[in-house]
Amino acid sequence: MATRIFQNTVARKTIFFAVLLAMWQSLAWSGLWAEYLFPSPLSVARTLVRGFQNGTYIVGITTSMGRLLIGFGISGVIGILSGLAIGRVKLLEETVGSLVLGLQTLPSICWLPLALLWFGLSETAMLFVVIMGALLAITTATEAGVKNTPPLYLRAARNLGARGWKMYALVIFPAALPEIITGMKLGWSFAWRSLMAAELLYVSLGLGHLLMMGRELNDMSQVIAVMLVIIAIGLVVDRLIFAPIETRVRARWGLI
Amino acid sequence: MKLEIRGVTKTFQSKNGALAALDAIDLDVQAGEFVCLLGPSGCGKSTLLNVIAGLDAPTRGQAFVDGKPIQGTGTDRVMIFQSAALFPWLSVFDNVKFGLNMTGVPKPERQTVARKYLHMVHLADFEQASVHELSGGMQQRVAIARALAINPDVLLMDEPFGALDAQTRDLLHDELQTIWTETRKTILFVTHNVREAVVLGDRVVVLSARPGRIKEIFSINLPRPRQIESYAVVDLAREIMTVMKEDVLASTRDAEASLLQEIEAQRVGDDVL
Repeated sequence: MATRIFQNTVARKTIFFAVLLAMWQSLAWSGLWAEYLFPSPLSVARTLVRGFQNGTYIVGITTSMGRLLIGFGISGVIGILSGLAIGRVKLLEETVGSLVLGLQTLPSICWLPLALLWFGLSETAMLFVVIMGALLAITTATEAGVKNTPPLYLRAARNLGARGWKMYALVIFPAALPEIITGMKLGWSFAWRSLMAAELLYVSLGLGHLLMMGRELNDMSQVIAVMLVIIAIGLVVDRLIFAPIETRVRARWGLI
Repeated sequence: MKLEIRGVTKTFQSKNGALAALDAIDLDVQAGEFVCLLGPSGCGKSTLLNVIAGLDAPTRGQAFVDGKPIQGTGTDRVMIFQSAALFPWLSVFDNVKFGLNMTGVPKPERQTVARKYLHMVHLADFEQASVHELSGGMQQRVAIARALAINPDVLLMDEPFGALDAQTRDLLHDELQTIWTETRKTILFVTHNVREAVVLGDRVVVLSARPGRIKEIFSINLPRPRQIESYAVVDLAREIMTVMKEDVLASTRDAEASLLQEIEAQRVGDDVL
């Protein structure tokens, strides 16, 4: 009986997290640390509910997600277009391509000081950091996708009369799509991380700001509650949006 | 449409230096004729198709369609590859419509034309299927329908049945003969399978080992439809095989034959964009 339960993945996970919660709760009860440094899971849960009820978390989530969506949308468009160009034009590959490759080694939060000097403590600075976070990953992935397009598709399309922009839009872009999606997934996680870091640094209403406010008010259960919200958003976007699209495209393209 | 190939020579620059693929090929193909190009692997026969398709330019010599020199690809000549080369992001129906879309055929007409050719290759029921749901033989049928849909005068077939199992191949030989009889396209069909060449061709052009030269041309005067297991086909195939034998041996010893095949598969035409 016991072995059968342990063979079930869901059961194993549930048990693991239940044990973790129980340990956390008993450590909090033990009184080893002050409540404001080590809150119990129950008080974190209460903070979480209160945060949603009074709307501060909703505002935080919508503010952060709004920034992310706008910035990510912009870097998606620029990244795909420039990736297509770099992947096809030798001169661009040797020049812009190597610049992109070099800049990619820079952690994206390192753009923040530059953005603050250029745009001040503004929404634009925040957006800039998000854009730079996702842009390079999307560009590089699109470029790789274009380069890995099987020559067979180009030969066939060429034969059937494909030319110019139709070749790009109807053959090269869809052929590169699986790699573009992987690049967007990576770009999203970079952008998300750098946005949180940027929001920590100045008053911004976003989730990062709520996290910082928790610190300033010595409210650890607020800090942990916001961390949980950030984890949840990351999981939802990754598992419920990107993963299914990625799987479906790869299956259709015959890659799995 | 008549094809004239005049002194076509092709040399590639590879990492090991110059790689001679074709040496002074002279060949005329009449309008509506079915010609099979037969030669050992890596003898440059695909290069000749690439040149005619406009996916590659000859080093010397020139190929003509109806007296006009070939420069670049054109929808009067369509190539069919060993792998069906269907676009996996499109449905079967959209694949067949692809060329019609490229050549600016009005939308309602695209539907009718695509249906007609899917019907011709017996895949009318698979319009909405995805490419990966089809077997290799079905995919190759879709590729044939896609090529026929833009109504080219010349079909260039590069070992189109080479990757299929024997039963499917025999079936497609029958279908291709029927399609050819109905449409009277000029077909240039590359293969290294002697019997296949005899079953399909009005003429069989035997090429030598690399660099490809025309070794001998056989006229096949057998009544159609021909069956691959018939005695007449087998006898003729044996005769042709005797002519080819030393070249097949030479090509198995040619270290660069596979390199040539690799290069041939990469040719996309110089002015792709």
